[in-house]
Amino acid sequence: MGPAHRRRTHVPGRTPVHRAPAHLKLLALLGFMLVVVATPRTAYPAFAAYAAVLVALIVVARVPLGFLLPRMLVEVPFVVFAVLLPFIATGPTTTFLGLTVSEPGLEAAAALLIKATIGVAASLTLAATTEPHELLAGLGRLRLPHEMVQIMAFMIRYVDVVADEMHRMRIARESRGFRGSSIRQWGVLGRTASALFIRSYERGERVHLAMMSRGHDPSGGRS
Amino acid sequence: MSVPVIDVRGLAYAYPDGSQVLYGVDLHIHAGERVALLGPNGAGKTTLVLHLNGILLPGAGTVAVSGLPVEKKNFREIRRRVGIVFQDPDDQLFSATVRADVAFGPANLGLRGDALEQRVMHALDQVGMADYADRPPHHLSFGQRRRVAVATVLAMEPQILVLDEPSSNLDPMARRELADIVRSLSVTVLMVTHDLPYALELCPRSVVLADGVVAADSDTRKLLSDEDFMRAHRLELPFGFDPRTV
Repeated sequence: MGPAHRRRTHVPGRTPVHRAPAHLKLLALLGFMLVVVATPRTAYPAFAAYAAVLVALIVVARVPLGFLLPRMLVEVPFVVFAVLLPFIATGPTTTFLGLTVSEPGLEAAAALLIKATIGVAASLTLAATTEPHELLAGLGRLRLPHEMVQIMAFMIRYVDVVADEMHRMRIARESRGFRGSSIRQWGVLGRTASALFIRSYERGERVHLAMMSRGHDPSGGRS
Repeated sequence: MSVPVIDVRGLAYAYPDGSQVLYGVDLHIHAGERVALLGPNGAGKTTLVLHLNGILLPGAGTVAVSGLPVEKKNFREIRRRVGIVFQDPDDQLFSATVRADVAFGPANLGLRGDALEQRVMHALDQVGMADYADRPPHHLSFGQRRRVAVATVLAMEPQILVLDEPSSNLDPMARRELADIVRSLSVTVLMVTHDLPYALELCPRSVVLADGVVAADSDTRKLLSDEDFMRAHRLELPFGFDPRTV
């Protein structure tokens, strides 16, 4: 349960990209994404320019490709959808790799893939160069409501704790010969999920108790 | 005699579901003492502890901390005076960095700026964790997290430090390091524990809670050596451990 096998999204470093204030990076990412999404889908030179900017940033930030590429897998659902598009879209057809496909569908698929890839890579670069708590501080400086920042902070803090708990419950289940391969065993998984929910809920209460014990005043204290 | 740090008189408590846990507890702890609170599971130890800082309020009886009654209007001062370190450090450490977590308590007391920073670093120094101030708590080992949890409470400069099962889940080395830290502190300590050798090592005086009342309150070594009493109250020493020869 050591820190070794934690999912990491951050690459420590002291590059200019790392040192830039988190709220500026957040705004930059948001602006960049708006521009990318708003670009007409056949403006390929523009996309090439965006990609070049992004690659330059990644190089400056010294984020290794071996770190970035496996994490790009979150894009897979978009890819599946993009691959389906040329076959389900209507309009004039064309021949691509020997298959008859919809031409607007093909264009839409290409644009979707390009925009999604740039978006995911940009977000991962932000995550790789900014500690989660800096991101939260940045969101706070951008005047996101205090409660929302708090909730995100608790989520970041406890996601590993809950994941560890889930992992231990799975091991305990499997140690008693359980294999979650058949749909008939989903009931067991459901009960595990509810047990995990109760445990997390109770932990929430204990955290609250410990906060109260250190003088936390839920009604005030925010000035 | 001086005003006791902890003054519990005739404390009785039943949870809202009707199950009564405490039936008239009397407990006095004076400044500088280190007292172990012993007793089997379900004896009401945690319930008693939660009365010391007003998380629970007595059904009957009174609780006072250095003369100040535990009442709603005094909660802020009471929670400064009584520092509780809970059993699971993950319940206590909820911030993104060790520093932020240690600062949480004193910031609630109104400290800001340099004064706050000094308080935080001093507390971390006391538990030997000053080098970890900027690390996220969940990247520390369990023993380190327990020590940081102690620091989060020390930073409030409490008059009494309440430790709930401080040695649980620690490896022998971390257990030893924590004992050294507790010994090095010049603060009154109430330690809830099942670890009887630990109680003997750190606390000259022990209080045994059984079925919601104080069943014994005396010298730890004498108490642990009384085999009949121990058996009658579901207390058992580890195999081969003889308190008379330690």
